[in-house]
Amino acid sequence: MSDNDSNHDDVQVPAPPPPRSLVRLREVRGDDLQEVDEGEVPIVRVNPERIEDVCRFLKEDPDCRMELLSNLSGVDMMALDRPEPRFDVVYHLFSVATGERITLKAAVGENEEIPTVSTVWRTANWHEREAFDMFGIRFAGHPDLRRILMPDEFDAHPLRKDFPIEGRAKDHGYWRRPEDERGRSES
Amino acid sequence: MGLIEDRFHPNILVTSADKVFNWARRSALWPMTFGLACCAIEMMAAGASRFDMDRFGAGIFRATPRQADLLIVSGSVTEKMAPIIRRLYDQIPDPKWVISMGICSTAGGPFPTYSHVQGVDRVVPVDVYVPGCPPRPEALLYGLLVLQDKIDRMTIAKRTARAQ
Repeated sequence: MSDNDSNHDDVQVPAPPPPRSLVRLREVRGDDLQEVDEGEVPIVRVNPERIEDVCRFLKEDPDCRMELLSNLSGVDMMALDRPEPRFDVVYHLFSVATGERITLKAAVGENEEIPTVSTVWRTANWHEREAFDMFGIRFAGHPDLRRILMPDEFDAHPLRKDFPIEGRAKDHGYWRRPEDERGRSES
Repeated sequence: MGLIEDRFHPNILVTSADKVFNWARRSALWPMTFGLACCAIEMMAAGASRFDMDRFGAGIFRATPRQADLLIVSGSVTEKMAPIIRRLYDQIPDPKWVISMGICSTAGGPFPTYSHVQGVDRVVPVDVYVPGCPPRPEALLYGLLVLQDKIDRMTIAKRTARAQ
């Protein structure tokens, strides 16, 4: 019994082979990758200027087939000890055909632009509008980069880490009028 | 009774105008269909057969403010929604009442954020606050009964005097 237990500790589970999409990405687009974190879902840091080409390759290559952009979000790295460049754009890709996933990250500074991927996946249109609305990240070549959640006249980007969580006083409106009190019961 | 005893035919009821108006108003409170969040599910349950708000005359949810007397603010009010609530409230003909249902619309609840109104009483005057997250349908019914008691205390004389 105890022999069996000790034997279990010695068993070496071979690491699973890297996903096919990551192998292909390294072969063909290796020059555009800055850092690769292999895991169940590989996390690849991409040269931001080449993000559109990398995404298009991942979508159209017959071995990758990342047809689905399941999420695109912004991250303010100010609170994560990386002052410059300030933001990360994170792309979560999924292939319905092969079941593989891959995560791309691209850094972008406060006054810089990053190419849009709405030309690759049309769903990126609204995702990028949200990242613009919440963080002020500008996407070059986006067909319609307007606010999507906050009112059009809003003048800040509320998910930035230097924006107060409770909002500014001027963001909280007051719609009551004096005539509201007229004719109301005193009880 | 002494003054008017035997001066009228039988079958005549004597009451005050206030009582007639208040009875009519509290017995047919028509709420507006206005669900904002999960509280609206409880509001629908309160209107459906198990709890049956129609027992209190308040089961006829109207899809337009022009036909409603009661605005039940059921759920989170965002800053973007607030001017719309104000407009709907302005479109309800007088007399009108507001029930703030749940902690979100009463005081912001778990959302002390940039996007959330910290209490719908910043937007419209509220008559009854129903606490809960969300309140049970019984709680909403109790809030409705409290509102009916409040309507019973209204007087036309006071309203006219204060309006001038």
